[in-house]
Amino acid sequence: MVSAVFHSSLDTRSAEARAPRVAPALAVSAANESLAPAADAAPARPGYDWRALALKVVPPLVGMALLIVIWAALTRNSTNFPTPGATFAEAVKVFSDPFYRNGPNDQGIGWNILFSLYRVAIGFGLAAAVGIPLGFLIGRFEVINHMTSPLISLLRPVSPLAWLPIGLLVFKAANPAAIWTIFICSIWPMIINTAVGVQRVPVDYLNVARVLNLSEWKVITRILFPAVLPYMLTGVRLSVGTAWLVIVAAEMLTGGVGIGFWVWDEWNNLNVKHILIAILVIGVVGLVLEWTLIAIAKRFSYDDH
Amino acid sequence: MTSFIEVQNVEMVFSTKKGRFHALREIDLKVERGEFVTLIGHSGCGKSTLLNLVAGLTRPTGGVLLCDNREIAAPGPERAVVFQNHSLLPWLTCFENVHLAVERVFAATEKKEQLRERAQAALELVNMGHAAAKRPHEISGGMKQRVGIARALAMEPKVLLLDEPFGALDALTRAHLQDELLKIVARTKSTVVMVTHDVDEAVLLSDRIVMMTNGPAATIGEILRVDLERPRDRVGLVEDSRYTHFRKEVLDFLYTRHGHVERVAA
Repeated sequence: MVSAVFHSSLDTRSAEARAPRVAPALAVSAANESLAPAADAAPARPGYDWRALALKVVPPLVGMALLIVIWAALTRNSTNFPTPGATFAEAVKVFSDPFYRNGPNDQGIGWNILFSLYRVAIGFGLAAAVGIPLGFLIGRFEVINHMTSPLISLLRPVSPLAWLPIGLLVFKAANPAAIWTIFICSIWPMIINTAVGVQRVPVDYLNVARVLNLSEWKVITRILFPAVLPYMLTGVRLSVGTAWLVIVAAEMLTGGVGIGFWVWDEWNNLNVKHILIAILVIGVVGLVLEWTLIAIAKRFSYDDH
Repeated sequence: MTSFIEVQNVEMVFSTKKGRFHALREIDLKVERGEFVTLIGHSGCGKSTLLNLVAGLTRPTGGVLLCDNREIAAPGPERAVVFQNHSLLPWLTCFENVHLAVERVFAATEKKEQLRERAQAALELVNMGHAAAKRPHEISGGMKQRVGIARALAMEPKVLLLDEPFGALDALTRAHLQDELLKIVARTKSTVVMVTHDVDEAVLLSDRIVMMTNGPAATIGEILRVDLERPRDRVGLVEDSRYTHFRKEVLDFLYTRHGHVERVAA
């Protein structure tokens, strides 16, 4: 179920990235053939494929430009919604001094991002430490699977913020409550993906293990772990995405220092430009997290299928 | 001569979601040391099931299987299996795949250097020494199957079990690997049980061909002894009248007498 997401998106990405590396000449010549009918006029040594690069780079830029144009057009006569130009000018100001400190409620954007990332890291790290081994157990033992699956199905769809009061009640403080919320929300994809990965280890590989009579340790390190790793990393990727979504909402409610609190604070100050900047920053950080994990997953993916 | 593998009155019933499935009944088979036996039959006749039973991957619901006078209770390295789809671990190199097998069997008695030599030697045996550092996805299907054979041979098994090892290959590669297998078996004097549905392959390779009736509740229909001297030459055999005769026997069994399930039950 969840794994389907991974195999479609990641595999195409990695295949895209791999093709030119494995056979650059082949890929380019194939492109030349399909794009330019006058293939015989091409030089013997195919040059760099500028056309493919342009196709990759230009459309995203056009899309971005289009958004800004629409934004500018809509806010031309607006008094309370900032124009792209004004927002950009403000952003330059905000990023020129990201690490200032004027008391607990007024700190630079750099501090806000770092505090949010810190909470995500703790909550997510705990979730990984609990969720991945739990996923292994669920995948390996039918009984545990049947024991936990109704609970997981019941708790997984619960909105992240519904967990916040429980955290506040138990920990009696805002910061651990926010971390708790991250923990509980980011644990599900890791449990489910790891479990699915373990269940989908091809029977052939396990038969190989049985014929070779491998020790339990070798089965885990040489067969189970490598086979499950891609699934596990998908779970990690989905979890980090969820954690980053949730932290903004959680911080809006708990306060302190953090990008979510910053958004709420600027709303109270009616500083819409800062809110727009914050939205952009949240997006960029989320994207960087996602890319990092895709890069890690690609590093550990094996291509056999 | 005492038989090396003995299958005594084996029955196999699978319990599936759709109910019980009677796969094999009353299987009796003896394989001698150094013998090459093929199991042939239509798909679904339970020949792979029988091989898995000999491998110990599944336990029979009735009857006994013996290997070297001991009951087969679990899979083990003395009965090496070459799987239908090679089953190399994609995250290990060819060398590491073979080494994994070598390590398990010989690590207790030999030094690391010797283990590496064994793995490399097994790859050389199937002419894959050059691809030791490659991963399975970097080599062709025929090469993967060779590495699979190397992995099995590297364990110095008492019995080599082959489950349609060349089924997924093109005709030319298949012929080439069959010849290689014949040479290797002649050199190592292995006992081999092989599942196939290729009549020519069965006649060319086997000492005896075990022909199975159609499932469900399949059993051994007939056993044909192939009295052709070794080494066998595929090109020369084509015009050999004995070869044509053996081939016809198998074809006759498979298509004339056991082409339909109803006739088996009768």
